[in-house]
Amino acid sequence: MSLASIFSISAMLLILGLFFIVAVNINMATEAAKQDYETVQVYLQDEVTFEEAQVLIDSFKRIEGVSETQYLDKETALLQWKAKWGESGYLLDSLGNNPLPNSILITVSQLEAADQVVLKAGKAQGIEDVKYYKETVEKLLKITNFIQIGALIIMVFLIIVAVVVVSNTIKLTVFARSREITMMKYVGATNWFIRGPFLVEGMLIGIFSALISVGIIALTYSKISELIGQDVFIILSTPMVPVSFMTINLISIFLAVGISIGACGSIISMRRFLDT
Amino acid sequence: MIRFEKVTKYYKNNVGLENVSVHINKGDFVFLVGPSGAGKSTFIKLILKEIEADSGSILVNEKEVTSLSNRQIPILRRSIGIVFQDFRLLPKKTVFENVAFAMEIIHKSPRTIRRQVPQILSLVGIANKASKYPDELSAGEQQRVAIARAIVNNPTVLIADEPTGNLDPDTAWEIMKLLEQINLRGTTIVMVTHAKDIVDRMNKRVIVIDKGKIVRDNVGAYGIDVFETPSCQPEGGVFSQDVK
Repeated sequence: MSLASIFSISAMLLILGLFFIVAVNINMATEAAKQDYETVQVYLQDEVTFEEAQVLIDSFKRIEGVSETQYLDKETALLQWKAKWGESGYLLDSLGNNPLPNSILITVSQLEAADQVVLKAGKAQGIEDVKYYKETVEKLLKITNFIQIGALIIMVFLIIVAVVVVSNTIKLTVFARSREITMMKYVGATNWFIRGPFLVEGMLIGIFSALISVGIIALTYSKISELIGQDVFIILSTPMVPVSFMTINLISIFLAVGISIGACGSIISMRRFLDT
Repeated sequence: MIRFEKVTKYYKNNVGLENVSVHINKGDFVFLVGPSGAGKSTFIKLILKEIEADSGSILVNEKEVTSLSNRQIPILRRSIGIVFQDFRLLPKKTVFENVAFAMEIIHKSPRTIRRQVPQILSLVGIANKASKYPDELSAGEQQRVAIARAIVNNPTVLIADEPTGNLDPDTAWEIMKLLEQINLRGTTIVMVTHAKDIVDRMNKRVIVIDKGKIVRDNVGAYGIDVFETPSCQPEGGVFSQDVK
């Protein structure tokens, strides 16, 4: 009986975990993109000297709403990429010549300023390209919002289902022990004393379900990130959320959710029994 | 000890009790008799606060029961022992465990339990059956275990709901002697019964309830008039339904 509950809740938590993983990864990509949103990166042609770049920087600085400007030479840029790629950074060593251009990073405090920076950079001499993802980021933010709300609704629905499953399982146990419970009441047991063992049972169901589902998710996620983590990084230029981070967070969240579901389920199932 | 003052309880379609006033003193041994549906069940349930009175006052051990909060109900019930016609022992627990169970519920220490349970089993005359399971005992012995469980926490009142209903006359009489013995220790006993011969033989106070009213309250025999009422056949005890 309890086994059925454990499987049902594990299944529910697995779906919950799936949403969690997707949501967290999209969130991370969005956060990374958001930084780009506030930053305009202006790539310079190789012929542009440091002094000429300084002149350009000064002109960008004059735009209202620009909070910070930074000259990023190609060597530093390569080092940053290596750092970003982490263990796979050695792959960049085989490039030979550094293909990255020198660039200027302009951080804005007002978003309107970003448009002006882009406009000005478009007119200026010696500019190779301007990296600015306003529309993409806006779209991404919308999608993230949509996914988060959708995930939230589904999660609430799944949690309700799980509470019902647990409360029904415990109700069966309660009926099986109704004689004992009735006697407990006559002898003067408090409701919490009677509820105790059932509450523990519900919570144990929650704990086991949480551990099972986190185990399955952690294994699957580590396999997935092993297989496609690199591709995700190349496509989105942000890495997948690390397995360890995901597992630690999922364990605490699932334990909390599992224990709450178990406890709520058992309290609900006993409510009618302990009315008077 | 137990005092009902103008207590009224109506159900949807019938009368439970109507303007009932009665006083049961400490140490009394009272028989509660009357036809089925007369109000005996309501009387007992009101003492245990399983149901609420519509009006009136009910004092148990000088405490007003009608104004007790849900949280205080267990405390009230700890001062009242209860014995049923069908014993209601837990089949998977031994005699010792069945009695110990009542003590565990009120958080008595294992040491106290180990000391007191054998004493109480010896008092009810089944000290040698401590390790047996209920289905290994005779009906009389099972009722003794139930009585031990009811009195192990030293309640001031013992409610016995048709305690001899499932027993042969000799065993029933033994149980009555045991109840009398418990009564002599100072425990007030309220016994619901239909057993005319027992009531007659015991010669204790008899409260007759009919149609929600007390129609007789004095010491003496069962009363031929009540017993001959056609509706007054032995029933399943006032607690034919479990406490909710």
